[in-house]
Amino acid sequence: MTKLTFTEKKDTRSGFGVGLHELGKKNSNVVALCADLTGSLKMDAFKKEFPERFYQIGIAEANMIGLAAGMTIGGKIPFTGTFANFSTGRVYDQIRQSVAYSGKNVKICASHAGLTLGEDGATHQILEDIGMMKMLPGMTVIVPCDYNQTKAATIALGDHEGPAYLRFGRPSWPIFTADRPFTIGKADKMIDGKDVTIFACGHLVWNAVEAEAQLAAKGISVELINIHTIKPLDVEAILASVEKTRCVVTCEEHQINGGLGDSIAQVLARFNPTPIEMVAVNDSFGESGTPTQLLKKYGLGPENIVAAVEKVLKRKK
Amino acid sequence: MTSTSTGVSHLQKLCNQIRRDIVRMVHGCQSGHPGGSLGCTEFFVALYFKIMKHDPKFNMKGEGEDLFFLSNGHISPVWYATLARAGYFDVKELSTFRKLDSRLQGHPATHEHLPGIRIASGSLGQGLSVALGAAQAKKLNKDDRFVYVLMGDGEQQEGQIWEAAMYAAHNKMDNVIATIDYNGQQIDGPVDKILSLLDLKAKWEAFGWNVLDCKGNDLEDVIRTLELANSQARKGKPIMILMKTEMGYGVDYMIGSHKWHGVSPNDDELTKALAQLEECLGDY
Repeated sequence: MTKLTFTEKKDTRSGFGVGLHELGKKNSNVVALCADLTGSLKMDAFKKEFPERFYQIGIAEANMIGLAAGMTIGGKIPFTGTFANFSTGRVYDQIRQSVAYSGKNVKICASHAGLTLGEDGATHQILEDIGMMKMLPGMTVIVPCDYNQTKAATIALGDHEGPAYLRFGRPSWPIFTADRPFTIGKADKMIDGKDVTIFACGHLVWNAVEAEAQLAAKGISVELINIHTIKPLDVEAILASVEKTRCVVTCEEHQINGGLGDSIAQVLARFNPTPIEMVAVNDSFGESGTPTQLLKKYGLGPENIVAAVEKVLKRKK
Repeated sequence: MTSTSTGVSHLQKLCNQIRRDIVRMVHGCQSGHPGGSLGCTEFFVALYFKIMKHDPKFNMKGEGEDLFFLSNGHISPVWYATLARAGYFDVKELSTFRKLDSRLQGHPATHEHLPGIRIASGSLGQGLSVALGAAQAKKLNKDDRFVYVLMGDGEQQEGQIWEAAMYAAHNKMDNVIATIDYNGQQIDGPVDKILSLLDLKAKWEAFGWNVLDCKGNDLEDVIRTLELANSQARKGKPIMILMKTEMGYGVDYMIGSHKWHGVSPNDDELTKALAQLEECLGDY
C-alpha cells in the first residue's frame, strides 16, 4: 500500500465548494441553497457561474429545507449549505418530515462540524449531528476525511438518488487521499495490518494515520479503515477486517453516543462480539480554543488513539 | 389532462358527497379530524373540479400541471375524498383511512405512494416552504402553471411560516397562491384566546403579499376568489387568500366549535350527520 503522506493542507469545506462547482457544470438540475454563509461554505464559485441556480435564503434554515424538498418535485437536485449545527438540530423536524419521510432527493451539506470549528465555541461545535442524521430511515450519511474526499463525495452525491447528509469542517487539514477511489457506502482500507483495526471518519482519519506511525514504531500492526460513509455502513468490510485483527478502535469528532463508534459496536455485537475502544467526545459540550488545543483537551489526538489501541490490545482474546 | 369545467350545481353535489365521505371515514376508524375537513370542502371541490389543471393519472413532477400542497395535513379526510372523487384512486379505498396497511395515512404521506400526494405533512408550518420550492422549480423549468397551498390559521403561530413569507415576497414568487383556512379555532380553543393573530391581513400585507378575502363556505365566492387570484398572479407578488370558514360546516352539531377538531362521531352522531348530507354520487 502507498504510504499516506501530505504535502499540502486545505479545508474540507473548500473541497465541497470545488465539487459543487464542478457538479454544477456537469448537471444543470443541480441547484444550491445557502442560509447566509456563502463564503464560509465556499459556494461562491457556484454562485458566480450559475446565479440562476443559486438561492440565497437568508438566516432561515427551516424554510431552506422546505424549499429544497419542494424543488425536488420539479426534478431539481438541491444542495443546501450552512453550518452543521444549523443543518441538523435546528431543522430536524423539517428534515424528518419533508425530506427523509417524503424520500426527497435533498443533499444537506454541513460545514464547521465538530470541535475543530474552534474559537466560536460549543454553541456552534455540533457533536451530535451524525447520530441525529443516521437515525432517520433512508438517510445516507457521509463524513469525508480531507479536501479531496469531500470534493469526490460532493460530486458522487450528484448521481446518488435520495436524501443525504454530507459533513465537513472548517480547519485547514492534511490532504492525503490523492488518487484514492471514492464510492458511497464502500469503506476505504488505507493501511493493511493484523493486530488491531482502527475505524475512523472525518478529520480523525489523519490523526489515526499519525497514530499508526507511532504504533508501527512499537511493533504494532494497525489496519486502518476510513469509514467515510456512516450509513449505509460497509458491514462486509468491517467484519472481514475484524475476523483478522479481533480488536477495534473507533475514532470520530463526535459524541461517543450516536456516532461511528455506536454503528460499529452494533455490527460487532450482532455478528462478531469483539473488544472495542472508542475515541470520541465523552458526553460533553466543547468550548472555545484552537482546533489542536481542543482535540487534545477532549481526547481526540493521535496520542489518545495510541492509548486506545494499547488498551484494546490488552483486552484482546 | 383536463381542467374540469363543471356547473355549480354539480359542484355543490360533490361538496355534499365529500362531506358524507369525510364523516364516514372518521367514523370508520374512530379517529381523524372532521372539523377542518368539513370547513374546507368547498375549497377542495373548487380547486380540483374547477380551478386547477391537473391529471389524475398522477406523476410526481407534475410538469405543465397546477400543483396543490396541504400544509395542515390533519385535514387529510377532505383531501383524500376529493382525490378519490376526482379519479386519482378508487373511492372504495376511502374505507381504509387510518387503518393498518392503508395508503391513506392519518396525515398525508408519499411513503405509501398514494396518487395525488407530493410530500408528507402534518407537523405544521412546513407546507408553504415546500410549495415555494416547487414554485421555484417551476420558474426554473419555464413551467407557467401555478402552485396552490392551504394552511391553517392556528398554524400561523409557527415561525417557519414567516420565514417562508419573507422569502416569497423578496423573490417575487408570483406563481404561488396560498390560502389560510381562517376558522378561528385550534385544538385548545379559539385562536384569539390561545395566541392571537391580531390583524392577520395587515401582517401578510406588511410581509409584501397581495391579500384577498374569501367566504370559504360559499362555493361561488371560493371560485370567484380563486379566479381573481389567478388573474392577479404573475404580477410580482405572492398571493394570500384569507378564507373565512366555519369548522364542521354542513353538520349542525359540529359547526363553529374546536370540539370537533380531532374527534370522530359515534354511531348515533353519524346517523344524525348523514341525515343532513344528501347522498348525491353514491357512498363508497
